[in-house]
Amino acid sequence: MTNASDLASSYDLVVIGGGPAGLAAAALAARAGLSTVLFDENPGVGGQIYRAITFSPVKDRTILGEDYWAGADLAAEAAASGALIVTGATVWSLDPARLVGVSIAGQARLIRAGRVIIATGALERPVPVPGWTLPGVMSAGGAQTVLKAQGLVPSGRTVMAGGGPLLWLLAAQILRAGGKLDAILDTTPRSNWLRALAHLPDFLLSPYFSKGVKLLREVRAKVRVIRVDRLEAVGDDRLREVVFGTGDGERRLAADLLLLHQGVVPNVNLAIAAGIAHAWNERQLCFEPVLDGDFNSSVPGIAVAGDGAGIAGGTAAAERGRIAAIAAVRALRPAASVPDVQIMRRKLRREEMGRAFLDWLNRPAGPFRQPTGDTIVCRCEEVTARQVRDTADMGCEGPNQMKAFLRCGMGPCQGRLCGLTVTELIAAQRGTTPAEVGYYRLRPPVKPITLAELASLPIAEAERKAVER
Amino acid sequence: MAASDYDVAVVGGGLVGVATAWGLAREGCRVVVLDEGDRAVRASRGNFALVWVQSKGLGLPEYAGWTIRSSNAWAGFAQTLKEETGLDVCFQRPGGFHLALSDKELEARANVLKRLHNQPGIVDYETEIMDRAQVAKMLPDIGPEVVGGSYCPLDGHVNSLRLFRTLHAAIKARGVTYLPSHRVENIAREGGEFRLATAHGEIRARRVALAAGNANMRLAPMVGLEAPMRPERGQIVVTERLRPFLDHPVVTLRQTDEGTVMIGDSKEESVDPAGLTLGVSATEAERAVRLFPLLANVNVVRTWSAIRVMTHDGFPIYDESETHPGAFTVCCHSGVTLAANHALLVAPMIARGALDKSMVAPFSARRFHVQAAG
Amino acid sequence: MFKRLAEACAPVAITVDGKRVGCRAGDTVAAALIAAGIAHCRTAPVSGAPRAPYCLMGVCFECLVTVDGTGSRQGCLVPVRDGMTVETQVGRREAGR
Repeated sequence: MTNASDLASSYDLVVIGGGPAGLAAAALAARAGLSTVLFDENPGVGGQIYRAITFSPVKDRTILGEDYWAGADLAAEAAASGALIVTGATVWSLDPARLVGVSIAGQARLIRAGRVIIATGALERPVPVPGWTLPGVMSAGGAQTVLKAQGLVPSGRTVMAGGGPLLWLLAAQILRAGGKLDAILDTTPRSNWLRALAHLPDFLLSPYFSKGVKLLREVRAKVRVIRVDRLEAVGDDRLREVVFGTGDGERRLAADLLLLHQGVVPNVNLAIAAGIAHAWNERQLCFEPVLDGDFNSSVPGIAVAGDGAGIAGGTAAAERGRIAAIAAVRALRPAASVPDVQIMRRKLRREEMGRAFLDWLNRPAGPFRQPTGDTIVCRCEEVTARQVRDTADMGCEGPNQMKAFLRCGMGPCQGRLCGLTVTELIAAQRGTTPAEVGYYRLRPPVKPITLAELASLPIAEAERKAVER
Repeated sequence: MAASDYDVAVVGGGLVGVATAWGLAREGCRVVVLDEGDRAVRASRGNFALVWVQSKGLGLPEYAGWTIRSSNAWAGFAQTLKEETGLDVCFQRPGGFHLALSDKELEARANVLKRLHNQPGIVDYETEIMDRAQVAKMLPDIGPEVVGGSYCPLDGHVNSLRLFRTLHAAIKARGVTYLPSHRVENIAREGGEFRLATAHGEIRARRVALAAGNANMRLAPMVGLEAPMRPERGQIVVTERLRPFLDHPVVTLRQTDEGTVMIGDSKEESVDPAGLTLGVSATEAERAVRLFPLLANVNVVRTWSAIRVMTHDGFPIYDESETHPGAFTVCCHSGVTLAANHALLVAPMIARGALDKSMVAPFSARRFHVQAAG
Repeated sequence: MFKRLAEACAPVAITVDGKRVGCRAGDTVAAALIAAGIAHCRTAPVSGAPRAPYCLMGVCFECLVTVDGTGSRQGCLVPVRDGMTVETQVGRREAGR
């Protein structure tokens, strides 16, 4: 177990995030001779897709599937590479001068980095339906996490709702594990097919095609799938039933557990707080960093690899991590020998084939991204869709003014679960685009640290004088 | 000649601008507020929300009286806004503190107050230097290093972001036209009216009130006025929501009605609003924990920096133009404390077409020339 | 609501709001609460509405609980330990806890 005081004051490469991109990057850089440290805030490496890969209690490999177990090699490679892998380490700050603020067991340190690779990955897009804050409603990814890490599987009246590859994969995993799944409510509109069709040829040639078909067949054989255009979680103190509609009809299903998912989006908070430029991706309906071919960002010396660079999946993430690491090695140790980057680029291209089709097919519908009425938009501060829309009508043009007026985005999650919704609502209400509206301004700490930890950081004389005057 | 679109164009949609616009609308004026966009530098989104009296006016004694006037009118102002909008800005005047963490700090504080209250013409009001025991009676959670402080019963605070939202709601309800993303590039006076040039076209108004914070420095010369500004940056640390433990605002630490604790403050020459110095935040955090040790393990959820609106001497500038009749400057650092005055006194002056010299003459920018000459 | 697939991990005992709750090594506090069928772990500070873990990956901050006397810990990031005391966080956290 590495303590905060065990860390050196600087490293050639700091990798933030221990998912596939981070693990691959750290392994390559360390083997090439860079002093490398990887920080992950979870108890073990693997990120989300390979969560608990080093200690999962789910021993029957058919439950999680071979795509999951492929992550074990990545973890082993990183562990053997000479990189310092530190779990239970939360990075709360990164500035353009590549000073990294990290906290381990309540102790904060500032670490200098020659280069930084942000590999903090993705998070699930919010699914703001009425009642989504009720106990008994969870994200599908959350259920998948407790399956992988603790071997927990739904055993009561369980409904899944939404769309996207993760939803179907989890459904299959739950069923293989002997868990309960009563229905899948598919919120993706049929019309998505029209836009996806143009990208079908690439998809047919990609690894996703046969895997996807098999998975869908496996799940549909055992669970009824109902296409819905609206959805509500109902209950007093906890979920009691799920109400859903198709056209004019409305149906109810008693439920103890509702698992929501409509895709994943880059986890942008650290990158934005570091000053990295971001842009709106209209196909994937999210903000992502602006990067060059080596995944370098607009801030010199800081790269973003993995799903944080744009959603492309776990295998692509590893290749992106390696490409970014090669660039870091070339920058710091030009004489070091590195693998041929073209190998990675070829693998990456293969992984990226078929994504366009999946993105269009699974594109979440407007009503599920732009709620109305009393539906909660900001969970932390309990701000509703009606409040956001009314305030947009009052002349509030952007999310930062909206934050000042309504407090949305001011809670501990710092907009991770409301940012996209707020931006889209302002755009919808004012007849403009999310690209025009922009996103929250974010500053460190991007994860909470205590006042005592903050107070323990080194203070220069001029900084002290600015306060004590 | 067609009538101007508006009676008054207020340049600046911050607290000073919208308080003034609201006051003007109450006087029956047709008002337009021209504002910048979502990412504008806004002191209204970056202030400490104090409605503060103590130690105001060292160097310009009339400022103390002007401040107390606003402080006394604040409760009524808040009540009126609540009646109009249904929104409660949570104004409170429980009395406030400056706390000292050393005898040296306490002595320095006592000296400042002595000099302030010895000025000729200063209005008399109560401020007390308290020792540790006296402070502890009112603030039971203070840390062992607090040696004492100064207390003024007229000090208070408000939810300034809610005030900002409330004033915007209030001006909307009164039919004021609010135009965001309408940065004013030029102001000309032609044919008895003012023509304000923006990227989205020209706005015409019979009068213009410059309430654009530090940007008044750029705008004032366009109407024959001046507003010498010296912006400076300050940083704030904000905690998670906590159960109430602090009833009285301290000038660098206060608990909001939401339960969060705001911690300041710094004074830096940099004017990059996006910049943040960890060492400054760390110093603020350190002092906060020394003041109130029970805060040690509380989580920081956010830090931000903002650019203070600061005139050359720190005191307000209220002016009316001689070369461009109908143009006014409304410019100050304490947009929160003085909001009541701006809404209830200054706005009616502008509506009537002339500043009341008996109240605001000392705040004319002409004072900078007098000082230079002297 | 959830059942355990594998009983292989070593048993661990924690207390939740004073009551003993059995869980397993490798559980996080949030997972232990979910496995024990505990419906909510906190009440929201604005409205008092009951809330439960949502994302289980450290981004939603719904799983805030008091662990061994320290409030606002993200339960999904805290591994359980024998004898750990966990308390529901009711509304706003208390300074000093």
